Amino acid sequence: MLGVLRSTGIAGMVSAVVIAVATVFAAFGPTIAPYNPDLPSLGLAFVGPAGGHLLGFDFEGRDVLSRLIAGAQSSMLGPLAVVVGAMALGTVIAVVAAWRQRLTDTVVSSGLDILFAFPGILLAVLAAAVFGAGLTAAAVALAIAYMPYVARVLRGAALKERGQPYVAALEVQGSSASRICLRHIVPNMLPLIVAQATIMFGWAMVDLAAISFLGLGVQPPAPNWGVMISENEPGILQGYPLPALAAGLCIVAVVIAFNVLGERLFLQAQVQQAQAVRR
Amino acid sequence: MTVGDPNQNVPAAEGSVGAVLAGDGLAGGGPGGAPLLDVDRLTVRLPVGGVPRAVLRDVSLTVRVGEAVGLVGESGSGKSMTARAIDRLLPAGAQVEGQIRYRGRDISELSGGDLRAFRTKVAMIFQDPRAHVNPVRRIGDFMTEAMRANLRVPARYAHLRAIEMLAQVGIDDGARRLRQYPHELSGGMLQRVMIAAALLTDPVLLLADEPTTALDVTTQAEVMAILDDLRREYGLAMLFITHDLELAAAICDRTVVMYAGQVVEVRSSALLHQDPLHPYTAALAAARPDIERSSTRLRAIPGRPLSAFEAPADECAFAPRCPHASDACRQSLPALTELDGGLSRCVRAAELRGQLTVTHA
Repeated sequence: MLGVLRSTGIAGMVSAVVIAVATVFAAFGPTIAPYNPDLPSLGLAFVGPAGGHLLGFDFEGRDVLSRLIAGAQSSMLGPLAVVVGAMALGTVIAVVAAWRQRLTDTVVSSGLDILFAFPGILLAVLAAAVFGAGLTAAAVALAIAYMPYVARVLRGAALKERGQPYVAALEVQGSSASRICLRHIVPNMLPLIVAQATIMFGWAMVDLAAISFLGLGVQPPAPNWGVMISENEPGILQGYPLPALAAGLCIVAVVIAFNVLGERLFLQAQVQQAQAVRR
Repeated sequence: MTVGDPNQNVPAAEGSVGAVLAGDGLAGGGPGGAPLLDVDRLTVRLPVGGVPRAVLRDVSLTVRVGEAVGLVGESGSGKSMTARAIDRLLPAGAQVEGQIRYRGRDISELSGGDLRAFRTKVAMIFQDPRAHVNPVRRIGDFMTEAMRANLRVPARYAHLRAIEMLAQVGIDDGARRLRQYPHELSGGMLQRVMIAAALLTDPVLLLADEPTTALDVTTQAEVMAILDDLRREYGLAMLFITHDLELAAAICDRTVVMYAGQVVEVRSSALLHQDPLHPYTAALAAARPDIERSSTRLRAIPGRPLSAFEAPADECAFAPRCPHASDACRQSLPALTELDGGLSRCVRAAELRGQLTVTHA
């Protein structure tokens, strides 16, 4: 694991550190936060950094740093749910299509084309309208919207793996299709799946922040980076951009980190595959 | 499309073909008269750019319990395709006519658990061992997987059996080998592992598709000897596919010679060299270099091998390259007819008897 990280270069390792810090905040945020992130004191609204409050106060006078740390949880958990959901759905669909081929593959591919027509945000807004605003509805909608991207990439990889002679050898050994898929084809696609997941995490974070900004995702007063941008937006006009900006920077940093790491891992997966083919 | 119409030549020959394929009067038969595997007038077409092209035309052959049958022919003659058809590994979209029966059951009707049970009974050994093993799994996972997953053998026992079987193929440090990855083994070693793995599921029929072609010459003989020994020891039937006529004759009871997707001769291996029944067999034997004879040029067969789909439907496919071809050869597609305990698809087979014998000058 450490060797894999080292081979992604300095940018990859810095990204990994950013992700690790964000993950620690997400896991232990409320206990790490130096002040109560939910305690308002209206007299301190939009007051800049002062005393022990490194990033100052937000529009209700709550400590910005504490809210950022506590907000990591919903800001990271949302995209994680989206990625896990999209990956699981996409992998199953891709492997089934690649295994059955012919009619199943044609039907699945056409179905994916239709799903591609719906932008993720649109689907999430629709889900919020139907099921009410909240993180769950938005995450489910985004998972479904992202699934076709996963399925398309993995279908290609699964088709390639399906055509490998060793799969035929397993078939004539009498191994069942489900066993070959679960024990051989999916594990052999794992590098690609991980790479896809990291890149997708970045998209999901931006989209969920946008949805929260629109007021359809995480509901205030719960701390969340997207919500923080939205509720501190008046501050930008009033000359106190720091609270909104800090939340935005957190999103940008994590998204870039995931993109860089994902891209490096993807390259690695390709190199590995190329080597496997040459061998 | 008239190529390979099964009704074209079969009715006339059916009686005699049936008798000879069932093994009447043929030397080297194993126990049990009923065939274990019975390929009956198999025609396979594969779509090429949407157009079906024949790769096998009217192929019939049988393998009895414990019997080794060689399947010989040039590249593209349909040898491997026959084996793939038997193990239901044809590419998607293949059109199949005729039947393949295993213990009297049509295998095209098998599905689900029945198909998997059939496949554990018919083990396949492939030409390129390295491509046919998952490169990221250990040898031990590979060897015990079929036992654990398909025969419900406990992992511990499967492990011990794998070590035992590795010893039988001449690999003594089995426990260590089981922990290694495929890339850590040499080609010959890996092919021996494949043979051991194939035997672990207690098959009754081995399909060996050129198992030594990808190996270097010194390991070829070794691997072949191991395969032949174990086959006899376990009493397995084998369909042995090879380019090598002499190798097939040496280890098989009977040899089936294919050309352009058709069976052109079936002959007891002992007689194949001394008394071939088809000019193609004789030409193949003559084309092989002989260690006791120094010659500057190999005796090549003039022309090039025809693919099954190019072969004419109404004349002998080998006629254009055959030194003995006459007008009769070009008038109709010869049927597979019985001659002295063998089968030949040559209209002049009877009159050419004796003249075809390979004489190395």
